[in-house]
Amino acid sequence: MNPLPRLFGRTRRYTDIDISIEEHIQERADELEAAGMARKEAEQTARREFGNVALLQQRSREQWQWPAVESLLADLRFTLRRLRKSPGFAATVLLTLAIGIGANTAVFSVVDGVLLRPLPYPEPGQLVSLWLNAPGAPGLANFQNGLLLSPSMYFTFSEHNHAFQSLGVFAPDTANVTGLAQPEQAHTLLVSNGVLQSLAVPPLLGRWLSRDDQDPHAAKRVILSYGYWQRRFGDDRSVVGRSIQLDSRTVEIVGVMPRGFRVVDRDFDLLVPLQFDRGTLKLAGFGYNGIGRLKPGVSIAQSNADIFPLIETWMHTFSNGPGTNPFYYRVWKVSPSFRSLKDQVIGNVSNVLWVVMATVGLVMLIACVNIANLLLVRAESRQHELSIRAALGAGWGRIARELLMESLLLGLLGGFFAIGVAYAGLRLLIAMGPANLPRLSEVTLDGRSLLFTFAVALVSGLLFGSIPALRYAHSRAAAALSGASRTASASRTRQRSRNVLVIAQVAMALVLLVSALLMIRTFASMRNVDPGFSDPMHLATLRIFVPDLLVADPVQVTHVQNEITDRIAAIPGVTSVGFSAAAPMEGMDPNWDEMGVEGKVYPGGEPPMRLFNYVSPGFFNTMGTSLLAGREYTWDDIYGLRNNIIVSENFARDNWGSAPAAIGKRIRQFSDMPWQVVIGVVQDVRHNGVDEKAPEIVYWPAMIRSPYTRTPTIDVPRAASFVVRSQRAGSEALVADIQRAVWSVNGNLPVANPATMQDIYGRSMARTSFTLTMLAIAGTMALLLGIIGIYGVISYAVSQRTREIGIRLALGSQKSELKWMFVRSALVLTVTGVAIGVVIAAALTQSMKSLLFGISPLDPLTYVVVPMVLCASAAIASYLPARRAAGVNPVEALRVD
Amino acid sequence: MARNSDSRDLFPGALEIMILQSLRHKPMHGYALVKHIQQVSNELLQVEEGSLYPALQRMLREGLLKSKEGISAKGRPTRIYQVTDSGIRHLERELSSFGKMFDGITRVLAFSQP
Repeated sequence: MNPLPRLFGRTRRYTDIDISIEEHIQERADELEAAGMARKEAEQTARREFGNVALLQQRSREQWQWPAVESLLADLRFTLRRLRKSPGFAATVLLTLAIGIGANTAVFSVVDGVLLRPLPYPEPGQLVSLWLNAPGAPGLANFQNGLLLSPSMYFTFSEHNHAFQSLGVFAPDTANVTGLAQPEQAHTLLVSNGVLQSLAVPPLLGRWLSRDDQDPHAAKRVILSYGYWQRRFGDDRSVVGRSIQLDSRTVEIVGVMPRGFRVVDRDFDLLVPLQFDRGTLKLAGFGYNGIGRLKPGVSIAQSNADIFPLIETWMHTFSNGPGTNPFYYRVWKVSPSFRSLKDQVIGNVSNVLWVVMATVGLVMLIACVNIANLLLVRAESRQHELSIRAALGAGWGRIARELLMESLLLGLLGGFFAIGVAYAGLRLLIAMGPANLPRLSEVTLDGRSLLFTFAVALVSGLLFGSIPALRYAHSRAAAALSGASRTASASRTRQRSRNVLVIAQVAMALVLLVSALLMIRTFASMRNVDPGFSDPMHLATLRIFVPDLLVADPVQVTHVQNEITDRIAAIPGVTSVGFSAAAPMEGMDPNWDEMGVEGKVYPGGEPPMRLFNYVSPGFFNTMGTSLLAGREYTWDDIYGLRNNIIVSENFARDNWGSAPAAIGKRIRQFSDMPWQVVIGVVQDVRHNGVDEKAPEIVYWPAMIRSPYTRTPTIDVPRAASFVVRSQRAGSEALVADIQRAVWSVNGNLPVANPATMQDIYGRSMARTSFTLTMLAIAGTMALLLGIIGIYGVISYAVSQRTREIGIRLALGSQKSELKWMFVRSALVLTVTGVAIGVVIAAALTQSMKSLLFGISPLDPLTYVVVPMVLCASAAIASYLPARRAAGVNPVEALRVD
Repeated sequence: MARNSDSRDLFPGALEIMILQSLRHKPMHGYALVKHIQQVSNELLQVEEGSLYPALQRMLREGLLKSKEGISAKGRPTRIYQVTDSGIRHLERELSSFGKMFDGITRVLAFSQP
């Protein structure tokens, strides 16, 4: 039968029972009276005959009850009443729990969304990132992406593999869109056939790009992202088949991708087909990310084995032009080392997230320990009551249940409030998180998060509840009732469980504080690194791309860039302007290639590869990159195509011993090229971020003779990062002024990615500052909770030992001695906790190694300061109650009870 | 959970059958029911109040009976119990199974007598 009507409408049933039984007795009494008994006696007899009326009423009522639940409900009501009676305790615990569980839920939601959930593509397990190892090509094959694929590799792999259903390559790019509104720069993704097929997400409208669209002679076609479609076409479903102007070329829209669709972890406005001319492809051009979908049942190892022999096929099929050695790449030792797409997307962020998750978990544990301590004190005060109940026959299970009920209720209520905290925390976390945190758009507070909240609430309730339950449910009735608590002091055993908790707390707080301080020291040492430029606050940056359909002649591109530079320089408040193919820390490597020094013999015959950048006159001056020897380029150098070159300090030292010694020396890229004369040496620049070593860089002028074509051609960086030194950097007004200056040169050129160097610089430290903030918050919380824990234990000890203190004072103890007695006991606990914590921290922080910079995980300063801070805090926390102890009046103390 | 008070009867379910059969004949209140069973059984069966009231509540819960407010012979308010349709179906099932059981017991007892 449905229990609900049973539970409600019950009062009526109970009345029915009472009325029935009462009438029964009365009728029997009537009968007895009729047989000659006095009324009073008759009623008594009738009742006696009936039996135990109350018991029978109870038995009858029980038919409508659910005894297990009922007694649980009774316990619950009792617990609630007890909590209402101590609102201070309840509020403290609930607040602690709400914050603790909320923080855990928020971080879990991020961990779940980023690390645990599968990627939002069908059968995501089949997707792999085509990562190539190339230990022989340092620089080109970097830690983040391995060696990217060249177009000729793409053709070789896609035509000859057996392991993949489909595979493709893509590269991010930008394109100027005109003819819609203002000219704007759109983020495009150049995709080959196989990319969309691998991701297998059907388009919202229209169709995917196909093999035919890849033909260089085919009409130009494009797919819109959902966001771009909404922004520019306002939900217009007739957009498929229409045309837009892309880099001054007419392209047809063939489809729109659904909302939230990203290529791996890249957002885009437009998907543009790569249109390689297969006949003219070379071996080189390693600039494309590869992605593939494995055939069902094929493992990543099998796909590696499948592609490995194709590296040779590739070298046999393509070349870098007549006279070049296609087997040169053997020295690179290229081998496929494919990884699951998810690993590639998550990258190195998983380390950070797990550290943060562990951190908030640890804080939660400390909070639980504190609550357990409070509950112990509460249980202690009830010991008398519990003992009596045990003496009256309550089993230990019954008493443990009641104690656990209280903690579970607290846990669940805390969990309920935690949902609000988690929601706020998650928003904060996302706002604070590293800008490059992948899959951030997929992070939400959903059913899984709520389930996690519930689980944490339940587990923590059991955790902090089981300690008093175990401790007191077994309490020997005799011991407690004999009045032990009324004589001298609490026995050692009664204090022991709280002491253990405090030690655990101190140990955990130490671990957190050590991690936090390590991150602070890391941040400080990163701040101390000279990035190779100065005053990034006052450096505005932006990117401008000059498409070849707008300005076909490369020399003319340089003229346009030169003119833009002059116009921006004329803006009021602008001190200087320059540009380069890529600004430091922008995450772009313009080019890598070999660079030989005159008179130097290289082991293996080939000179090592160096990072190339292409810079304008005034670029270093604007950046604040100091010139250590020689001079910068002039426009005359640029237009004159003079064989001049600027190198970084480490390149100069490496080859000639010092910066000044480099001036006048000669280097060249390939043996059939003229020598370039070093005219300047600039300080090292941390091109890949503060925490990465400064690479050796060769700075070419912004216009060169292309080393890659047989017929003499001019090469210029059509996409350039402009840097503007101005006090107005970062203001909208300056961006607007720059925009006008650019348009005054050419009205179809948009300004993209306006930012300041400070933004870029800050982004390169975002991971560190995020981890730092999280750990610092957690460490502070841990310290506070630890202090409260120590304070609580000592003050409780003082209150329990009032009588003993009285006796001591009466016998002539010095007050300072008494104070020291309590402070000392706190310090003993703290030092024990610190000792344990140091061992744990030393082990745990090894896993933080990749997050640290400039310091060791066993940084001595950290390991000295944190224990000192903890001991000092413990001393203060225990001094306050100790002072109270010393203030005890012996007469009062001995009169208690 | 529900305490089985019927175990005090001759055999489990006997009280239930007798209640159902009696109330099928005519809806009654508790005391009348006790009297009825006593009289009909020729004083051979004495229904214990200790079993009756919990049993009535259980049968109410199971939907075999329903109760309504009523007045006793002496004009005092009480609750009158009557059998529901499902109670009658239940009674008939039980009666037939008891019939078979009695039949079996009778045969076995008849056999053991020489």
